[in-house]
Amino acid sequence: MIYLELFYEFFLIGLFTFGGGYAMIPLVRETVINNGWLTLEEFYSFIGVCESTPGPIAVNMATYVGSTQGGILGGFVATLGVVLPSFTIILLIAICLKKIVENKHFKNFIKGVRPVIVALILFAGITLLIKCLGFNLSSFDIYFNYISILIFSLIIGLYFLFIKVFKKKLSSIQIILISAFLGIVLCLIFE
Amino acid sequence: MKHLFELFIMFFKIGLFTFGGGYAMIYQIKEIIVEKKKWITEEELLEIITIAESTPGPIAINMATYIGYKQKKVLGSVFSTLGVVLPSFIIIFIISLFIEEFMSFKIVKYAFVGINVGVSFLIIKTGFSMLKKIEKKIIPISVFLLIFLLLIIFEIFTIKFSSIIFILFGGIIGIIYYSLINRNEVNN
Repeated sequence: MIYLELFYEFFLIGLFTFGGGYAMIPLVRETVINNGWLTLEEFYSFIGVCESTPGPIAVNMATYVGSTQGGILGGFVATLGVVLPSFTIILLIAICLKKIVENKHFKNFIKGVRPVIVALILFAGITLLIKCLGFNLSSFDIYFNYISILIFSLIIGLYFLFIKVFKKKLSSIQIILISAFLGIVLCLIFE
Repeated sequence: MKHLFELFIMFFKIGLFTFGGGYAMIYQIKEIIVEKKKWITEEELLEIITIAESTPGPIAINMATYIGYKQKKVLGSVFSTLGVVLPSFIIIFIISLFIEEFMSFKIVKYAFVGINVGVSFLIIKTGFSMLKKIEKKIIPISVFLLIFLLLIIFEIFTIKFSSIIFILFGGIIGIIYYSLINRNEVNN
């Protein structure tokens, strides 16, 4: 039953995403790949879409995966699944459990989770980058994707140029737009 | 009823104009909910952020649920949460209908060659700024290195493993480690 599966998987994602936005990427990646809902390529392209549309990434992901797997009802149950844990927990905290947030062991649990989240996020970013650049970790195939290497260098260059020269940090959307533009221009030139 | 509808509309607006994830929306909440509507004070906002950071799930949802409850109890939180989720839901659902045709354009494919690289840059950048904030003590750093190493090994040998186990592992280490530290401090 696809609806139950979608609900259950996204409920777990909602329940175990500490630390917002990117922290959920590793969990969603595992879920969609292991269930065969998206290919790795589709998954990462969709993060690009999420970055350029409003709203929390978790909700966007749930809606997208749900809708592609089970139409509007699929989208609805997946979104409900990802929202329900936060909703219930926050409601309980607001009603009566404010003390749990101040509980020593609870705080220590959250503190302990933090380094794990950082490892998960960095790993997700680095594997995506390596893949874009043309290297496959599990089969050791190497072919250099010069266009991606060039784009990556240009993005880093521009990012720090903006900080140094204009004293301004490029926002996520600006970076996505610049990379899309670079992708189009460089592919048209080189292919 | 009027107030419930207003909660819904306000959070719908916030959901519609929050680009770039959780922290971008804190600014919007401050502007709309704290300064304009005065539904909560700035201190309350800080308190909610702390709670949102230490509970699972998207910050946007956490905030909407909490503020909604403070205003109009359970119904309030239902309306606010619905409001903040609905814009994404509608937009992404529409995108999902057309994405396949959209992706088959050559120019879009080219754009995504760049976008995927851009996304990896954003994720790595976030990872590094979080890495800087990890406590510079042996245990937290070791946990980070251990998990990172395990992730690489699992990827190379294509072992399927749920990150939830890693998260629980980190949490348990946290409970043991920090209570030991506290006990030492008390003894000294």
